[in-house]
Amino acid sequence: MTTTATFQQPDVQGYYGNFGGAYIPEMLYRNVEDLRTKYLDIMHETSFQKEFRDLLKDYVGRPTPLFLAQRLSNLHHTNIYLKREDLCHTGAHKINNAIGQVLLAQRLGKKRIIAETGAGQHGVATATVCALKGIECIVYMGVKDIERQAPNVARMKMLGAKVVPATSGSQTLKDATNEAIRDWINNPIDTHYIIGSVVGPHPYPDMVARFQSVISEEIRWQLKEHTGSELPTHVMACVGGGSNAAGAFYHFLDELSVQLLAVEAAGHGVNSGMSAATTQLGKSGVLHGSKSLVMQTDDGQVVEPHSISAGLDYPGIGPLHAHLFESGRGTFLSATDDDALTAAFELSKLEGIIPALETAHALSALHQIKWTEKDVVVLCLSGRGDKDLATYMKAM
Amino acid sequence: MSRLQTLFAQKNKGILNVYCTAGYPQLDSTIPVMHALQQSGADLIELGMPYSDPLADGPVIQASSLQAIDNGMTLVVLFQQLQHFRDTITVPVILMGYMNTALQYGFERFCADAAAAGIDGLILPDLPPYEFETEFGAIIKKYGLDFIFLVTPETAPERIQQLDALSTGFIYAVSSSSITGSDKDFSPVEAYLQRLQEMQLRNPILVGFGIKDKYTFDMACNYANGAIIGSAYIKAIAQTDTIEATTKAFIDGIRS
Repeated sequence: MTTTATFQQPDVQGYYGNFGGAYIPEMLYRNVEDLRTKYLDIMHETSFQKEFRDLLKDYVGRPTPLFLAQRLSNLHHTNIYLKREDLCHTGAHKINNAIGQVLLAQRLGKKRIIAETGAGQHGVATATVCALKGIECIVYMGVKDIERQAPNVARMKMLGAKVVPATSGSQTLKDATNEAIRDWINNPIDTHYIIGSVVGPHPYPDMVARFQSVISEEIRWQLKEHTGSELPTHVMACVGGGSNAAGAFYHFLDELSVQLLAVEAAGHGVNSGMSAATTQLGKSGVLHGSKSLVMQTDDGQVVEPHSISAGLDYPGIGPLHAHLFESGRGTFLSATDDDALTAAFELSKLEGIIPALETAHALSALHQIKWTEKDVVVLCLSGRGDKDLATYMKAM
Repeated sequence: MSRLQTLFAQKNKGILNVYCTAGYPQLDSTIPVMHALQQSGADLIELGMPYSDPLADGPVIQASSLQAIDNGMTLVVLFQQLQHFRDTITVPVILMGYMNTALQYGFERFCADAAAAGIDGLILPDLPPYEFETEFGAIIKKYGLDFIFLVTPETAPERIQQLDALSTGFIYAVSSSSITGSDKDFSPVEAYLQRLQEMQLRNPILVGFGIKDKYTFDMACNYANGAIIGSAYIKAIAQTDTIEATTKAFIDGIRS
C-alpha cells in the first residue's frame, strides 16, 4: 500500500492532507482495525467484485443513465448532463454503499448490521440490502428526524428493520451517529456499523468513496459515448457528509482539468445562524472519529446545523472534501433553503424530473456560475424527490 | 515523583477514583464536589471536561455534560475555577475529555494551563496512539502531565504492552466493551481482569465502566489496584442540595 496521498487516496493512516485519521476510543479499535486491515483485500476479491457488480446491475438497476438535460442546458446556455442516481432502487445513490458494506460485513463474519440515518435514505438503503440478505438491521434515527421523515421510517419498518429513536443531544443525525457508535461499542463482536457517508474514522471515508465511485466510473464511459471525451469540464454535486459528491468526483479527482463543484446547504443563509455550510462556518476539529472541518463553538462544542434537507443537515463534512476545500482542488458553493426549493420546481417543469431536496441545492448553484457553450457539466442527481413531497406541497 | 506515582507508591490496593463532570450540577459545583470527594476519602479525582458528543460515555455522563455546557462551562471557565484548587485539594486530579475541545482551546495552551493549575494527568479517549506518538505526546510530556490509555477485553496482548509503554500514571482497564454506566453482567469480566493482572504491566491498573457499588468495586479490586466510578456518582448528586453529605454517604457505601 502506498503511504503517500493523492486526492483520490488517503495515506496509510487515512489522512487526506490535514484531515482524516482515526480518532476513536479504544473500545472501537479492534473493529475499526479489523476493517482497516481487510477492506481492500475483500473488495479486490473476485467473488466479492462479481457479487457486488451483479447486484448493482440486476438489483439496483445500474448503470444509471447519463441524461443530456436539453431544456436545462438551454436555460444556462451550456451542456448539462444529469447522472441519474435517482433511478437507483430505493431512489438514491445510498444503496451503492449499502450493498458494498453488507457484502463486506458478511465476509467479516458479522451477523448484525447497524446504521445511522438522517433523512432516512441511508437507513432505507441499508434496511433494503439487509432484507435481501436476511440480516438483522437496526437503524438509529434522531427523534426529530423520525417525526419529519415518516414515510422513510415506515419503509424501514416494512423492510424488517428496527428503527431506534436517538433521544440524546439534539436528536438529529449527529446524535443518531453517536448512538450507533455506542451500539457498536456495546456489541464489538457480531456487529458491523454501516456509515452512510464519507465520514467517520479511517477506513470509512475511503471505503465509502470507493463503493460510490461507480458513479464516476460510469460517467466517464457514458460521457465518451455522448461527446467523444471521458472528461467533462465540471462535475457538480451537493455535499452534506459528501458521499454522492465523493462518488461523482472520484475518477476525476486526479484529472486536474476537471473542475469539481461542491454545493453545501446554506439554510436560511450562510451567516444566519441557521445553516449547514460547513466549509464556510466550520473549523478544524474532531467529530465522529476523524479530523475534518466541524461547525462548532469557540469552546469546541459541536453546534446543530440547519437545512431544509435532512440529508445535508450535518455539522461536519468528509475529510476528503475538507482537503479539496483547503487545497483549492474543489470549489465550494452554497444554496439556501429557498434557492433549493426554487431549483426543485424548475427542474421538475423543465425536465420532468422531481429531484430530492439535497440534489436541488446543486441544481440551484448552476445559477451561480457563468457558463460557456463549450462547458460540459455533469451534475449528480443524487436522489428523487418523493420523500420530500410534504415539503414541496407546502411550497406550492 | 508525580502525585500519581506517590499515590500508587503509598497505596497499591483499593484505590478509589471518582469521576465528576466540571460545572455539574451547577456551574460553581466543580470545586465543592472535588472537596467533598477528597473529604469523603476518594484517592483520585477524574474531572470531566464536558463535550457535546462524548462517544465513549453513556447517557448519564452525556446528560451531565450537556447540563454543564448549558450552565456555561467552557475550558476557559474551568481553568479559572481551577486557579487556586491546589491550596486545598491534595489528591491527584486528572482531566478526562475529548480531543475536539482541547484542539479548539489550542492543544499546547491546554496542556500548559492544566499543568499550571496543578492537574496531574489526562485521559483523552479519542486520542489514539499513532497521533499521540507523532504529535501530541511530546506536548503532554513537555508539561509534565501523565497520560492514561484505555485497554478493553478486545485489546490484543501486544497492543496492551504498547499502550502500557506509552502510558504514565496508570492504565484504565475498561471493564467490558461497553459504554459507561452500562448494566451488563459483571462476572465474565473477571477472566479478562485476571489476564491483565498476569501480564504484570509496568503501570498500575484501575478498572472503569460498570463500577457502581460496593460489590463491583470490591470485585475489580481483587484483580486491579483500584477502580473508577462515574455514572453512579453523577446520578447520586443529580438531585441533591447537600453535595457533601450525599458524597460522603455514596463513598461510605462503596468503602464500608
